[in-house]
Amino acid sequence: MALLEVRDLTVVFERKGEQPFTAVDHVSFDVEPGQTVGLVGESGCGKSVTSLAVMGLLPKRGARVSGTVSYEGVNLLSLSDKEMRDRRGRDLGMVFQDPLSSLNPVIPIGVQVTEVLERHRDMPRKKAMVEAADLLDKVGIPDPNRRLSEYPHQLSGGMRQRALIAIALACRPRLLIADEPTTALDVTIQAQILALLKELVQDLGTALVMITHDLGVVAGLCDEVNVLYGGRVVEKAQRHELFAQPRHPYTHGLLASIPRLDAPRGEKLHPIRGSVADNIPWDHGCAFAPRCPNALDVCVERTPEQEDLGAGRLLRCHNPVRPTVPEEVSA
Amino acid sequence: MVTPTRKKDRIDALAASSAEPDAGVSLAASAWRTLRRSPVFLTGAVIIGLFVLISLLAPWLAPQDPSDPMLIDQVVKARNEIPQPQDGHPLGGDLQGRDFFSRVLVGSQQTLIVGVLATLIGLAGGLTLGTLAGAFGGWVDSVVMRLVDVMLSLPSLLLAFSISALFARPNQYTVIVAVAVVQIPVFARLLRGSMLAQRHSDHVLAATALGVKPGAIVFRHMLPNSLGPVIVQSTLVLATAIIDAAALSFLGLGNPDDRIPEWGQMLGDVQNVFDTHPHLAAWPAGCIIVVALGFTLMGETLREALDPKSRR
Repeated sequence: MALLEVRDLTVVFERKGEQPFTAVDHVSFDVEPGQTVGLVGESGCGKSVTSLAVMGLLPKRGARVSGTVSYEGVNLLSLSDKEMRDRRGRDLGMVFQDPLSSLNPVIPIGVQVTEVLERHRDMPRKKAMVEAADLLDKVGIPDPNRRLSEYPHQLSGGMRQRALIAIALACRPRLLIADEPTTALDVTIQAQILALLKELVQDLGTALVMITHDLGVVAGLCDEVNVLYGGRVVEKAQRHELFAQPRHPYTHGLLASIPRLDAPRGEKLHPIRGSVADNIPWDHGCAFAPRCPNALDVCVERTPEQEDLGAGRLLRCHNPVRPTVPEEVSA
Repeated sequence: MVTPTRKKDRIDALAASSAEPDAGVSLAASAWRTLRRSPVFLTGAVIIGLFVLISLLAPWLAPQDPSDPMLIDQVVKARNEIPQPQDGHPLGGDLQGRDFFSRVLVGSQQTLIVGVLATLIGLAGGLTLGTLAGAFGGWVDSVVMRLVDVMLSLPSLLLAFSISALFARPNQYTVIVAVAVVQIPVFARLLRGSMLAQRHSDHVLAATALGVKPGAIVFRHMLPNSLGPVIVQSTLVLATAIIDAAALSFLGLGNPDDRIPEWGQMLGDVQNVFDTHPHLAAWPAGCIIVVALGFTLMGETLREALDPKSRR
């Protein structure tokens, strides 16, 4: 049994007098201990909503969540508010996108780290402070004892994200969800943070759900990748297979759109045409069809079913990209 | 062409400058830097400083006992004539022959007490209601805010009159209560607004994701981040409270015991002799205006300095 099993997770946002909007549609994935699973897709594809649903952080009113999210066999969606609160921070940790706004600006870093230790591990303040310094040291913050008494605005963006990772990992959760943890950082710091996450995940054996739109992050970190489009998983594959042979035209488009240093001069970039606004509902076809270079008539007539291609590979497409010849793979 | 060493020096200098600790970037520190150079703020601060100093030292500064009708002989002898300025009585006496200068000085005490206490009580009430509304939301929010709306729908001075008229025996404390209650809805509304904004902030979501209990979320994460506008408002409310309290006393809704001087009441007492002795009205009225102006100047500049949107 996997550590986290998400089955048919569906999130529908409802507002009085408006069409309900299905942000996440029957999404299923497993996370094994020590494994890193990526949820990839562009803005609005439902990646963040998926993570919030797993953490039980969606508002009670307006969001209808169905399916199951089992953590060590317990369905998190069926837990009471209090039970869920006890698990957050202890069993499940989360790192958010914007490190500046995710720290409380009026409280010193030290108090924010010890808060979670006092809450879940019943540590007295003094002992928690020692542990907090240790944690900051572990995530590579120099001079941790001085930093403990500093306020978030006195730390750089990278430092703040390190501090947030320290807070999220303070109680050694077995699962860490990172929601675009590097998006707000500049490129050199991004690399450091990713290296740090990779190292911590390996050292602590933490399972990591990595939410990102950046395929570079996926390539460096994830074992398994779920590509989301319009709230559904359109392709799921091991990292190497996905990069070597993307089968879904959307995944293919994402990979092809990355600018390459070895491309001939003057070669144009390959964007995916259109935008998310062109999506059609999944009810009678493929949401990606209006933007898809491979679209056939059937794509707007019938919803593509999820096919199992073997070796843990899933695909939802009527007309997938043909597997390419191996020598192009090595490039 | 820059030689390698000079280039290196420049880079080092650049690195050193950017590595400077960014102390002073915090809102409070930057606000202080702005305020220190603002003549308007300094004017307000000097006025308030003098006012507080005078009211604290009034018992020693006042040359005479403000409740002693020591010049009553002159009043009686001259058929209700008001004593002129004379030796030991720089502003003369009032209608009852008490030393007017001492009364003006000691009157500052009542103003300070009423202003500060009314603001604090109003702040406490407003914080309670605003926290309830902002933290719980839903029907609690609706009930609290409708109550606040009802209070705001009445002109504040009229509401203060009605409240102090409710007391059978008015004294100096009923004035404070009446003025304080009027300030509650202002604080409550202000705090609720910033609490609601905090509720949807990233750091509150992050704290929730750590399993922090709701009580700690409200009091450690939401409330401290919402207090800024409320604190600024309280300096402005001090001015309003002082004016409202003076108005209540002027109309006789204040402390009936006139042995303790109070500026609003002094103003009310001299209504009939105002045309012949304008100085009896000018002094207390001027004091009220100057003190209220001082608090307003301070409050306004404080608000501007602390408003992140107006920061350059």
